[in-house]
Amino acid sequence: MKYAVIKKENLNKWLEYLRKKARLYAPRKKENLFIFRPVKDVNEVILKYIPTILPPKKYYYPQKEKLFRFKIKPFKTSKAIKAFEEYILFAVHTCDIAGIQCMDVVFREGPEDPNYLNRKDKMTIIGIECLEYCDKYANCTSMGNHVPRGGYDLMMIDIGEKFILHINSGKGEKLIYGLAYIREANHKDMLELERVREAKKKVFKEEFGASLTKIYETFDKHFDSEVWKDVGKRCVACGNCTAVCPTCYCFDIMDEMDLSFNQGLRHRVWNSCQMDDFAKVAGGEDFRKGRDGRQRHRYYRKFKYPVDKFNRYFCTGCGRCTRTCMAQINLVETINSLLAEEGELR
Amino acid sequence: MIDRQILLEKMKTSPYKPMKGKIIEARMLTDKEKFFRIELEGKINLNHEPGQFVMVSIFGFTEAPISVCSSPTDKGYFDLTVRNVGSFTDKLHKLRRGDIVGIRGPFGKGFPIDNMFGYDMLIVAGGLGIVPLRSLIRYIMHNKNDFGHMQILLGCKTPEEFLFRGETKEWMKRSEIKMNCTVDKADPDWHGNVGLITTLIPGVDINPTRTYAVVVGPPIMYRFVIAELLKKDIPDHQIIVSLERRMRCGLGKCGHCQIEGVYVCQSGPVFNYSQLSNFKGECHEKAA
Repeated sequence: MKYAVIKKENLNKWLEYLRKKARLYAPRKKENLFIFRPVKDVNEVILKYIPTILPPKKYYYPQKEKLFRFKIKPFKTSKAIKAFEEYILFAVHTCDIAGIQCMDVVFREGPEDPNYLNRKDKMTIIGIECLEYCDKYANCTSMGNHVPRGGYDLMMIDIGEKFILHINSGKGEKLIYGLAYIREANHKDMLELERVREAKKKVFKEEFGASLTKIYETFDKHFDSEVWKDVGKRCVACGNCTAVCPTCYCFDIMDEMDLSFNQGLRHRVWNSCQMDDFAKVAGGEDFRKGRDGRQRHRYYRKFKYPVDKFNRYFCTGCGRCTRTCMAQINLVETINSLLAEEGELR
Repeated sequence: MIDRQILLEKMKTSPYKPMKGKIIEARMLTDKEKFFRIELEGKINLNHEPGQFVMVSIFGFTEAPISVCSSPTDKGYFDLTVRNVGSFTDKLHKLRRGDIVGIRGPFGKGFPIDNMFGYDMLIVAGGLGIVPLRSLIRYIMHNKNDFGHMQILLGCKTPEEFLFRGETKEWMKRSEIKMNCTVDKADPDWHGNVGLITTLIPGVDINPTRTYAVVVGPPIMYRFVIAELLKKDIPDHQIIVSLERRMRCGLGKCGHCQIEGVYVCQSGPVFNYSQLSNFKGECHEKAA
């Protein structure tokens, strides 16, 4: 069984079932936006949403992660997390799944990061395929992430009355096995899936003015572009763009003492390359001074450096950085301005 | 595909956990720099390469990257020399003999000693640059027959700032080492050269293709020294530098030490000039 189907009316029943299997996180509404939260009431789960304020990275790469416990006298370190728990991420967009794949590559590269690997090991991903744009800020088609490209256990595709479930792992299969209300997809369902995918091609169009390869080449040539100076002038160095990015993973180390002042916890906390002191050393030298240089660095960490290192673009196309920017710095516009400078904008 | 068995093993031990290091000697070298000799638990050797660094932890105050200034041939302990420049180093300066610090590492790529076998060495140290270079100088002295001539150029702002004074006097006495010191600003007791370290380079006698030049100093110094070395016709890949950056994890993840796409904590801190030339504009040490 590679494809299964579930009727929409049975979805809540399945969610209840999943909730008993493991800790279940799903999107729900928060004011006019959306967030991933542990599911308390299955009726609150929302399947049609614009990308959540924070990507699900907060679960596999927490904002504040305990690294170890320490004691000063006598000098001792011990585990801060005894056991990692199983969890399910439900209704994850394909862009955010691409983000998880990027993080995998980073944290699996030696020296491996045990905290991330342990959390990833306990993760089950149930994705949902978008059939129309979430809003005008997404650039998922140019990044190739508007369609599922692996990295999930189950993928849900809306075909009207039903969801098709693509089973992509044994872990995923276990979550639907033996349930009376989930059956194998038949020929008619598969035709329906084909029809939906075909209709999708008319909706999703490449957002950038050139191919990714051209964009990569343009980045290689335009390190000193005026575009960076312009972006730098508008940037307020708030760090929102990096906090909401599914592939930003820079961090800082922080110690927290308890009241005894003899023991405490060492944490890893999210940090942002957009912060003023990010690359400053104790002697006073600031190796990435200026918001233009720091914004450029952020863009190069999506479209150039990871391509050289991992053969993978670290922009997923979720559009969060544009959506959250207080200075209206728009990713698609920035890329297209660069392309225009190069004379490659089609 | 990654071997799951190997991955599971790696998931058990944390590279963030420091080892226990006991300070067995601590003394001020000048009024700003303090020297520490550290012994790891069980007197195990750090097994570092000259030029590598360690992350030193003081619980409650996080950690900082510090160059190892002893040679791997100095067994049973290793040395650090730290200038008091910030809140962490201030705390470190308060530690005394018998105190405990956490040690992670060694990290990064050290000086390419195997490639340097058989070559003459020109060592250029500005200010604190002598700290990481001491690990290389001591290594060469302990393995002298592997290397050719060694010349050391040492520069400081003022005579009081010279580090390892007793030791450098010893080096001066040795016949196989040629040493030259200079200060930016002399005092009445100073009888040596006065002027920037770059002024010493035109006068050195070297065979450029047979020489490795190793340069460590403050960020501003590199481009001027490198320009002088290039005038001497030393090939790019034989000009070696060590760069200071804000390492926070040492594992090539946290992003603080990055120069463009390169994580200095893993690919550096030691680079050659031909690697530096590949940077597009984020490397302060490269000539513009």
